[in-house]
Amino acid sequence: MQNYFYHHLLSFAIWLPVLAGVVVLASANENKPNATRWLALLGGLLSFLVTIPLYTQFNFADGGLQFQEGFSWIPAFNINYHLGADGLAVPLILLTSFTTLIVIIAAWEVIEKRVAQYMACFLIMSGLMIGVFSALDAILYYVFWEAMLIPMFLVIGIWGGPNRVYATVKFFLYTLLGSLLMLVAFIYLYLNTGSFEIADFYRFPMPLQVQILVFLAFFVAFAVKIPMWPVHTWLPDAHVEAPTGGSVVLAAIALKLGGYSFLRFAMPIAPDAAHHLTPYMISLSLIAIVYIALVALVQKDMKKLIAYSSISHMGFVTLGFFLFNNIGLEGAIVQMLSHGFISAAMFLCVGVLYDRVHSRQIEAYGGVANTMPVFAAFAVFFAMANTGLPGTSGFVGEFMVILGAIQINFWYAFLAAFTLIFGAAYTLWMVKRVFYGAVANDQVAALNDLNKREFFILATLAVLVLALGVYPQAVTDMTNATVNELLTHFAQSKLPASLPAGL
Amino acid sequence: METIRYDLITALPELIVLCMAMVILLTDLFISPARRMVIYSMAQLTLLAAAYFSFSSHAPSVSTAFSGAFIDDAMADVLKLMMYLGTSFIFVYSRQYLQHRGMFRGEFYALVLFSLLGMMVMVSGQSMLTLYVGLELLSLSLYALVAMDRDNAKATEAAMKYFVLGALASGMLLYGMSMVYGMTGSLNLAEINLALMSGAKIHAVMILGLVFIVAGLAFKLGAVPFQMWVPDVYEGSPTAVTLLISSVPKLAAFAFVIRMLVQALPTLAVDWQQMLMIMAVLSILIGNITAIAQTNLKRMLAYSTISHIGFVLYGLMSATMNGFIFAMFYVVSYVLMTLAGFGIILLLSRPGFEADKLDDLKGLNQRSPWHAFLMLIVMFSMAGVPPTLGFYAKFSVLQAALAAGYIWLVVFAVLMAVIGAFYYLRVIKLMYFDAPLDTHAITAPMDTRVVLGFNAMALLVIGLMPEKLMEICIYAITSSLS
Repeated sequence: MQNYFYHHLLSFAIWLPVLAGVVVLASANENKPNATRWLALLGGLLSFLVTIPLYTQFNFADGGLQFQEGFSWIPAFNINYHLGADGLAVPLILLTSFTTLIVIIAAWEVIEKRVAQYMACFLIMSGLMIGVFSALDAILYYVFWEAMLIPMFLVIGIWGGPNRVYATVKFFLYTLLGSLLMLVAFIYLYLNTGSFEIADFYRFPMPLQVQILVFLAFFVAFAVKIPMWPVHTWLPDAHVEAPTGGSVVLAAIALKLGGYSFLRFAMPIAPDAAHHLTPYMISLSLIAIVYIALVALVQKDMKKLIAYSSISHMGFVTLGFFLFNNIGLEGAIVQMLSHGFISAAMFLCVGVLYDRVHSRQIEAYGGVANTMPVFAAFAVFFAMANTGLPGTSGFVGEFMVILGAIQINFWYAFLAAFTLIFGAAYTLWMVKRVFYGAVANDQVAALNDLNKREFFILATLAVLVLALGVYPQAVTDMTNATVNELLTHFAQSKLPASLPAGL
Repeated sequence: METIRYDLITALPELIVLCMAMVILLTDLFISPARRMVIYSMAQLTLLAAAYFSFSSHAPSVSTAFSGAFIDDAMADVLKLMMYLGTSFIFVYSRQYLQHRGMFRGEFYALVLFSLLGMMVMVSGQSMLTLYVGLELLSLSLYALVAMDRDNAKATEAAMKYFVLGALASGMLLYGMSMVYGMTGSLNLAEINLALMSGAKIHAVMILGLVFIVAGLAFKLGAVPFQMWVPDVYEGSPTAVTLLISSVPKLAAFAFVIRMLVQALPTLAVDWQQMLMIMAVLSILIGNITAIAQTNLKRMLAYSTISHIGFVLYGLMSATMNGFIFAMFYVVSYVLMTLAGFGIILLLSRPGFEADKLDDLKGLNQRSPWHAFLMLIVMFSMAGVPPTLGFYAKFSVLQAALAAGYIWLVVFAVLMAVIGAFYYLRVIKLMYFDAPLDTHAITAPMDTRVVLGFNAMALLVIGLMPEKLMEICIYAITSSLS
């Protein structure tokens, strides 16, 4: 039994939360929401616990894929149920199961209508996202990638704000458009390699023109998800309208799906195209970093501000990818994790305020620190982490990416470093207007400080942000071997010796 | 004597359906309205018996009867079994609806069985004459069914429209067939193929005949530019009849296309590929874009059908073995989806209320989370979102088209699928994000609920494990076409 468990760790990580979601849904009773909440918490906790062995059993020296398992799923198309995870995927899987647990706790009394459906959506989504991070067969990956849209669509649409329908349909259609083009690329690769195994795609040589088309098909899918400028416009809408839990999962995990997929698909499958298009990719990343930061500066809505800040921070991730050096890539991965914690925490902070005042507008607040001192301490801490204060995780990733950039081109680093100024400007300005100054109105005067549940969540995240900031080796040790492996992959040209017939 | 017996045994399922349709018609005269459940049970038993004989006689080998005009091969058996299943679902879903509207009469069941017989003959047709006879039997039964709700002006109008356009299409088809007959000297599909294979130069009349045949088929399939009747007939017919028109006959039409174009006229593949391509692209374009503007759910599903047919044509136009297999997979998936979709509309209707407006679905999640969830699966399946069956259907036809080299057409289809997703999402939005307008409790007999649940969950379960259905389609097509 124990052996069985250790050989199917990833399957457990995927299917346990899905099963828990189905159980929560099936045993739902609108009159007993507390029973549903405890059941969901139990499911979330178990789902988190089964992902822990992925860390403890991980072989740090191995840069390849571990925990592999699989069987033939649809022989007619040679599609396999093939899972595996490397140093890139494991931290993200842990982040996913952890965030889901946080979201379940954060929703405790906040969600009052249709509790079971809410909890089930997040549990199922968690399993599907872990599936995305661990699938090694393109179609299996695609199924998880697309299926994940369904619960997210419902979460934003059912529990979201006043303009939720527009936001959720936009979110769905943007992502669907991108992913269908990716599907065409998958089919193209399948017709040429005879399988949907990602490893076979890696080995398939393609001339540059074809590689560019394949890369662009992937690019559309992943750039929408990350999101990169100029296809980012769905994100502010979705974040503003989503309930707190939806925003947390979107920012902390869903955006990482795009980043992860760049490294898993686009760059190793079409490495020559990736090198060829590097100037464009870096330009888009820098635009995201600088321009979107300026956009964030003028936002009046706190969630929108954090959403734009997310886009700007994800710009660092894509910049790190396309530097093609060790420190840049590793920095990008650390940045993904760090952003997962910090953005989750920031959205939870906004959620704390929103639950009390029912407004996300900055101007509705002022002097919150006077009535909620503990909360203000947390909020200021996370704001500092968001601006990249040394000692917090926000600093590590950005610093590594800037170091990587300066090795390639001084001006890349110069422009990227602007974020340290702009990031501080928009975050701290918001903090100043919301938390400091005189108590702005009666609503703020009547605020109660954090309850135990909220304190617990924010304290956990604060510890993690600090831990990752002080001791990033916990992650980099894990990613080191994988990053080297990925970089050797990216460096190998896949141009065929001679052009195949018909091209 | 021996041949006649052999012929009759080969066509045993057809004979059962034929006899029972007449028995039902007669029994209905002598039975009191209160005991009409007997008729219903007889109709269901007929399907069961026919299914038993179709299944027990199935073999990978091919047997022909009636001097080669009738064929019993794997494709015919598989498609017939699907038809029985679909018709049985139709009977279950429509019973309460018919009772509420005074249409729960023997005629309905007899006419549906006659149309089923027509479809079975089409599926087994090996001569142009058999195919045509089957098609006409199907069409005439459907015209009568559409007009069954006599006092309903909309239904009568729909029936009229359907009849006039349908007769025109039959005429075209027959005209085309006569040209093919004239050029090849045979009605038998295999002989036509042989005559064309002999290497003689293909005369222009042959191409002209092909154009007429394809146009007639396109009308029956509801492909653009012969789609005009589809939305009006879907909307005007009683929902129980729409359920029939939109589902099972597509299986027969598919078989018709395979028999006519692939078995008889493969030598003209280059010509019909182009025609199918144009129809496929237009169907996907017009179907998806027009569906967005609809407020009537039945009309919306009609346009959605047109776009699904476009996807089926993507598989057929590839003119490869895989293309035909995947087109069949698509048709079967489509039938399962459309049955569940209309099944839910029927479930929500009650006396004096049709539940055929999009707004009637508002807040379904609050009225009945289970049925909202079933409709959610149906909609995502139609949109082609994994892990539902509709995803594999789209995925496989697109793969066939890509393998045949139509890369930009595939990209086009994909873009249209995104537009299509929009109106399916709108249905989900209405069910999940809006407050209910209608607070009546949903009343439906237990068997309807169970079968509907089974039908919709099948879309999810087969979506997770599509291998079995795919194997069946591979078996049907490869053993019939090789």
